[in-house]
Amino acid sequence: MHDVRKIDVMEGILDENDHIAQHVKEHLSAHGVLIVNEMGAPGVGKTTTLKNIFKHLNGYKPYVIEGDIESDLDTQDLKGMGIDTHQINTYGACHLDAPMIDHMVDHMEFDEKGILFIENIGNLVCPAEFTIGEHVMMLISTVTEGSDKPYKYPLAFEKADIIILNKVDLIPYLDFDEEFFMKGVRALNKDVPVFKVSGKTGEGFEEVAQWLMERAGRLEVKEHSHEHHHEHHSHEHAHDHGHSHDHGHTHEHK
Amino acid sequence: MHEYPITEQIIKIAEKHCREAGAKKVTKVKLVIGDYSGYVGDSVHMYFDLIGEGTLCEGADVEIRHVKPKLKCSQCGELFEKKLMSFACPKCGADGGPTDIGKEFYIESIEVE
Repeated sequence: MHDVRKIDVMEGILDENDHIAQHVKEHLSAHGVLIVNEMGAPGVGKTTTLKNIFKHLNGYKPYVIEGDIESDLDTQDLKGMGIDTHQINTYGACHLDAPMIDHMVDHMEFDEKGILFIENIGNLVCPAEFTIGEHVMMLISTVTEGSDKPYKYPLAFEKADIIILNKVDLIPYLDFDEEFFMKGVRALNKDVPVFKVSGKTGEGFEEVAQWLMERAGRLEVKEHSHEHHHEHHSHEHAHDHGHSHDHGHTHEHK
Repeated sequence: MHEYPITEQIIKIAEKHCREAGAKKVTKVKLVIGDYSGYVGDSVHMYFDLIGEGTLCEGADVEIRHVKPKLKCSQCGELFEKKLMSFACPKCGADGGPTDIGKEFYIESIEVE
């Protein structure tokens, strides 16, 4: 007779992803780089939003990781503007995860303080489930998608640290119910700032850039207060970590 | 859609705990999956048999406990399941906010021999 034993595990299946995400976040914080995870459905204007934000960034270098299932059209586009852009193709996978970002970040040089924008796969569902080390989750929604989106895709709206409502120049031609939209947003996320913008006319992006720079500025202040702590750990850690991720030990389950 | 890599991770964690216990094989894996976690139990079942072949988890049963998401009313504190296109509390009508109930995604326990 075999001896069957029960073992309590209580281990989160995404713990390893979360652990690597935390590592990425600390690594870039040490370089004075804020990480923004940009998510939204296909066609909401994620790349257009970035281009508009870049026009108003002062004193913060933009870095970009473009996530796409296939193609590097957006990357070529941004590189053409002189933006430090790197491509991840997932070939079918519906979202970016922390190990992908960790690997990519290892190959990038962060020589100036700035903001790393990670354009996630165009998808309003899966990217919300995986943290990739972001300080800020930036959700792009549009008036053309309809005002019911917070009700249909609650997790994305719940997790957002900033919501950008794009294509507002089209409001006169649509039946977008802003009150219903905002009611849903507020139920899920009481204090999240919502910025109304138009990728076509460029209106509203200055305020978005200001908000992001303010967040990036807070990162610096915080990092300076941890300077001593950081020195003890030395910079070697920050540059010598992409080769093995032996996070096999048990993490505390939240 | 992304259950394949997730199932690999489940098997990896179960194997680790099996080895640590000095056991030969995993016979059962008990998962807790909240409906808002975004993971489809049926897909996990399917991939588990596929990926489990040749691992310590080969032939193991997968038991999934599903958890329905609950909102918490901002006024009266009632925990309730959200109706379509509304966040309204069935008791007092105020809007409820999100909670962690329904976002679970972990291995509760395994059985080994």
